Amino acid sequence: MKYKILKLLARNARYTSEEIATMLDITPAEVDGTIKELEADGLLRGYKAVVDWEKLDNFYASAIVELNVVPKAGLGFEEVAKKIMGYREVESVYLMSGSYDLNVVVKGKTLQDIAWFVAKELATIDSVTSTTTHFVMRRYKELDVELVSGDEDDRGQLFV
Amino acid sequence: MIDYSKALNRTVMDIKPSGIRKFFDIAATMEDVISLGIGEPDFQTPWQIRKAGINALERGKTKYTSNKGLAPLLNEISDYLDRKTGVKYSPENEILVTVGGSEAIDAAIRAIVSPGDEVIIPQPSYVCYEPITRLAGGVPVIISTKAENDFKITPEELKAAISDKTRVLILPYPCNPTGAIMEKEDIEKLAYILNDTNILVISDEIYSELTFSGRSHCSPASVDGMRERTVTVNGFSKAFSMTGWRLGYACAPKEIMKEIIKIHQFAIMCAPTTSQYAAVEALKSCEDEVKEMLEEYNMRRRLMVAGFNRIGLTCREPKGAFYAFPSIRSTGMTSDEFCEKLLFSKKVAVVPGTAFGESGEGFVRASYCYSTEHITEALHRIEEFLKEIKQ
Repeated sequence: MKYKILKLLARNARYTSEEIATMLDITPAEVDGTIKELEADGLLRGYKAVVDWEKLDNFYASAIVELNVVPKAGLGFEEVAKKIMGYREVESVYLMSGSYDLNVVVKGKTLQDIAWFVAKELATIDSVTSTTTHFVMRRYKELDVELVSGDEDDRGQLFV
Repeated sequence: MIDYSKALNRTVMDIKPSGIRKFFDIAATMEDVISLGIGEPDFQTPWQIRKAGINALERGKTKYTSNKGLAPLLNEISDYLDRKTGVKYSPENEILVTVGGSEAIDAAIRAIVSPGDEVIIPQPSYVCYEPITRLAGGVPVIISTKAENDFKITPEELKAAISDKTRVLILPYPCNPTGAIMEKEDIEKLAYILNDTNILVISDEIYSELTFSGRSHCSPASVDGMRERTVTVNGFSKAFSMTGWRLGYACAPKEIMKEIIKIHQFAIMCAPTTSQYAAVEALKSCEDEVKEMLEEYNMRRRLMVAGFNRIGLTCREPKGAFYAFPSIRSTGMTSDEFCEKLLFSKKVAVVPGTAFGESGEGFVRASYCYSTEHITEALHRIEEFLKEIKQ
């Protein structure tokens, strides 16, 4: 049941407890109880909206930055990852397999902002040996949500 | 000048075009309409099925197949039915791949019914049985199933409908639009009545994968004494989200199949080859996808049924297919009035129960082949509508 509730919330965090309870054939109290438990256990980490920032008049830019890092004895990549996480400009940090170590998603108002941030902040961290910045040109889908309008519902040609 | 009224087939001319079509054409011209009208899955055909179709095209598998269908598909259908229902049909001479379940129903009725024969049709039910019966020269005998019996056929109703002209009983379960299913003991009671008669059964099981609440659909052929008299019709449209591929099948004892296949042979020749290759993949490897869609339908079903009951439209629990069939009697309107007013005042399209036979009066059909957000919004608008008409 925990898994089912998580799946529904991951799809739409605004489902009410009543709706979730109805869909899963349990009581709203059970839903609330389970959600509290999941929050306390750290499985449910937050509820955020998926925003298409580009639709606003505000400037919005983002980039994926690949970092090569020298891991520290005893600490591995943890120390530098934590440092990078702390920046407000950083949206996500992943340790990667393959040709580089950390994948950092950075957002800012303009490409210039991001370029400065990488040059001044990320590149200058001691254990970072190189950075490669890829600017995002268009976001098609984010967190399972399509940001470009999908195909129209083309059903309904027939009455069945 | 040709007098067309004399030039064309009188039986066909007497068939009324579906009245609901007009209603939906109006809905299609309006903006921001929220429809609960569509009886077709909103899921894409699972990717591996589409890929199997693409592969068949790439390999140039674009010729006719044999009349009865591709051998690997016939084998898969045979295994699938054995797995699901325990009924064994020989891929040699008891299975026919058709252009949707619809062709199978048409061919089965035509193979069985001679002019003047009676065909028992329970209603509310899908709209094709009556016109196809008439086209075959048959006489439809309607059983009006009742909400208080969960829209099942009762033994009494069946007995009363049988005459010495009865040739076929149609069993459209799981049922569009009522969501009714017939369980084993329900079928057994009917089987007892049919025992020692020559009445055949056409069981339209296109929704057989879509049953809920742990209640499972009973394939009539699996009940003692029924296999010899039953034509089982099924297809890929609903369970595998393959409506546009046009693929179904009929299974029957070889004596019946021998006649059905003649009609298919001359009228259709064979079902589309690409679709047949895709369908092999569907039966082979899509159990998980079907289960996942079923779980999704079930959540929507609960949301919709609870929603209707909450806003004051009594809705029995539909145990199969993907429709809710709430009663709108409390509004004092006819089904047609309700649907029309709802469409014009709140831009929500549902189907009047009367589209599925007179006994559908007092009900509307709402499909839950839609996202939960869509269903919630539609219910919200219907609730507003109910409040306004009360004032």
